Amino acid sequence: MLAQVLTIILDGLNYASFLFIVSVGLTIVFGVLKILNVAHGAFYAWGAYAAAYAITQASELGYPDWIGFLLIFAASIIVGLVLGSIIERLILRKMYAQDEVLIALATFGLFLVLEDIILVVFGVDPYFAYQPMAVLGNVVIGGVFRDVYSLTLFALAVVVAVGCWWALTKTKWGKLIAVVIYDREISQAMGINVSAVYLIVFIVGAMLGALGGAYVAPTTSVAPGFGIDVIVLSFAVVVIGGMGSIPGALIGSVMVGVLRAIAVHQFPELELFVVFAVMAGVLIIRPEGLFAPPKARTI
Amino acid sequence: MKKLFTRGVIRVSALAACCAVGAMMAGTASAKDSIKVGVVTFLTGPAAGPFGVPGKNGAELVIDAINAGTLPAPHNSKGFGGATMEPVFIDEAGGGAKQVAEYRNLVEKQNVDAVIGYISSGSCMAIAPVADELQKLTIMSVCGTPRLFEEKPRSHVFRTQGNAVGDSIAAARYMVEMFPKMKSYTGINQNYAWGQDSWKFYDLAMKKLDPASQASDKPQFPKIFSGQYSAEISTMLLDKAPVVHTSFWDGDIEAFMLQGLVRGFFQQKKLVSVVGGSAVDSLGKKFPDGVVLGTRGKYGLLVREDMSDPLNAWFVTEYKKRYDVYPLGPSYQYAKAILYYKLGMDKAAKAAGGSPNQDQVMSALKNMKFNSFDGEVSMSLGEGRQAVHPVGYGITKWNAKKGEPGIEKVKYYGAECINPPAGTLSEDWLNQGMPGAKCN
Repeated sequence: MLAQVLTIILDGLNYASFLFIVSVGLTIVFGVLKILNVAHGAFYAWGAYAAAYAITQASELGYPDWIGFLLIFAASIIVGLVLGSIIERLILRKMYAQDEVLIALATFGLFLVLEDIILVVFGVDPYFAYQPMAVLGNVVIGGVFRDVYSLTLFALAVVVAVGCWWALTKTKWGKLIAVVIYDREISQAMGINVSAVYLIVFIVGAMLGALGGAYVAPTTSVAPGFGIDVIVLSFAVVVIGGMGSIPGALIGSVMVGVLRAIAVHQFPELELFVVFAVMAGVLIIRPEGLFAPPKARTI
Repeated sequence: MKKLFTRGVIRVSALAACCAVGAMMAGTASAKDSIKVGVVTFLTGPAAGPFGVPGKNGAELVIDAINAGTLPAPHNSKGFGGATMEPVFIDEAGGGAKQVAEYRNLVEKQNVDAVIGYISSGSCMAIAPVADELQKLTIMSVCGTPRLFEEKPRSHVFRTQGNAVGDSIAAARYMVEMFPKMKSYTGINQNYAWGQDSWKFYDLAMKKLDPASQASDKPQFPKIFSGQYSAEISTMLLDKAPVVHTSFWDGDIEAFMLQGLVRGFFQQKKLVSVVGGSAVDSLGKKFPDGVVLGTRGKYGLLVREDMSDPLNAWFVTEYKKRYDVYPLGPSYQYAKAILYYKLGMDKAAKAAGGSPNQDQVMSALKNMKFNSFDGEVSMSLGEGRQAVHPVGYGITKWNAKKGEPGIEKVKYYGAECINPPAGTLSEDWLNQGMPGAKCN
């Protein structure tokens, strides 16, 4: 019994870590830029492809397997920098004055375009970049073999969460972001370079999305359509936690991850239902999500 | 009065002449040198690499050979009833609603003569009623749910691939014969028609073949294309059942294999993979030894070394020459559906003494028995529209000498051993204990 409880907790935290890393970028971008960025799923897919491609190439060239870890972070940074800066500067910057729905539709269009470019660049065959996962091997916890790589995903999620908290509360940039979130126009009037803040936040969000994909890539088959499901899950997590709230994304991820693990272990037929049942339940009780501050209704 | 009568005669004659010309033109339209056929397969999405593209390659190879008349005898006549086929390839990705729209476009706007393809059971179930409504000959090539013909009769739909019942019963027979001491089993199958049917029929067959066998009360049904199976693997590792049944296909089987490998899953569990053939080549040496593997027929890894059948030998050789890889199950399945259409067209054209109409082709296709790249196929179920054929299983073992995937202890189960007789529902037949099954 104890072994099963431990296994459920570890499975839940493993899935929660994956969800948090992906959804935190989405919620940061929404919190600052007020953009529902559907293209976030494409950052995830591009991160996965870039990492998988780099890792398989490095393996073929005879580099040691641990080099894959460096390549995962390098791929995330490059994808975030390149795609994030191009999209923010060339497309989104011209749309900030538009209605939020229009911007969401534009990002949906971007998502489809970026998915199709993946087909052109990487083809339709799947990529298998298992080397970083294989090199770490496995360990027995609660009577069950677990791959050490998935445990590092948990550590990575903790680092990302602490990093976000530190950056937003303890640095000058965090204070600037808080001011811009509070009022963009007053921030501009006080001399803050709001455009630069937007660009940097969007790039960081894109990097986090890409990091989620890149880190997951060694555990799975990286194939076309990789980013579709994850964007739906990320939205569910962000809605549960509250749009724009990092603690909300953390709690939402843990709730979804653990409840899904309980369902898989005890009621497998409810696995699909659980994520969205939690979301519906939260929306009924607290429509703005668990951690977003309630807003006064305007007429 | 006479003038009026004469004018009337002239008008009637002109009208009759127009009708005659129209009828002749209609006749000419059916007597065309080329036919247009929609070929639907996954060109994008996670199923494209392991299923869609190999399927497209198989179809293209055979269409080109038939158009050129270079298939081995007895299929070496040129064309489809003498006509050259122009395939229109359509992407199956995007779900049932999109597929219905694509199908309507093929039939109503592109005026195709037939539609061939469909990999996902979800697509097949969405398309079948539309095919009957639009009265367009449609040959389904890969999908496996038995519901296609067992839920209601079809008028314009055919399927050249055996259904999940045969695959599941063959798997159960293999396990009972080869691993009689492994009495309990669990499963991980995708949560839609194919996955649910595969598990249901494997479970039913196991209970009938070995009444002492025991199914787990927690079989797993993750969402198709979910890609993350950590919790499912943990659950199955905690389950005492030594056997795990799966009908995973596309990228899901590869992701599951990778995640299971690093957790020692395949050292602890005997995996029965109904359709894991596609992952054998893509994962190469990473694919674990000891997996009980099927390919839903005599396809892929099971027969790539077997050059005794000239059609299979031609297919393997020409496919490898053209694409530099071995053909997979979907390559065979699409090639077979194309060949079936050719044989129907040829037979109907011969009977009609010229270009046949769709009804003549469909009656030629019904109840047909033919030799395909995977051996003998008999359209004996679903009122002559559903194929049955042998299904094989073996145990994977890396061929170190050749440096490529290998398989051993292959056994084939004949069509009459693993399928119900015509007119009997699969579930009823299994519940009755498979009466009349002919297994050598």
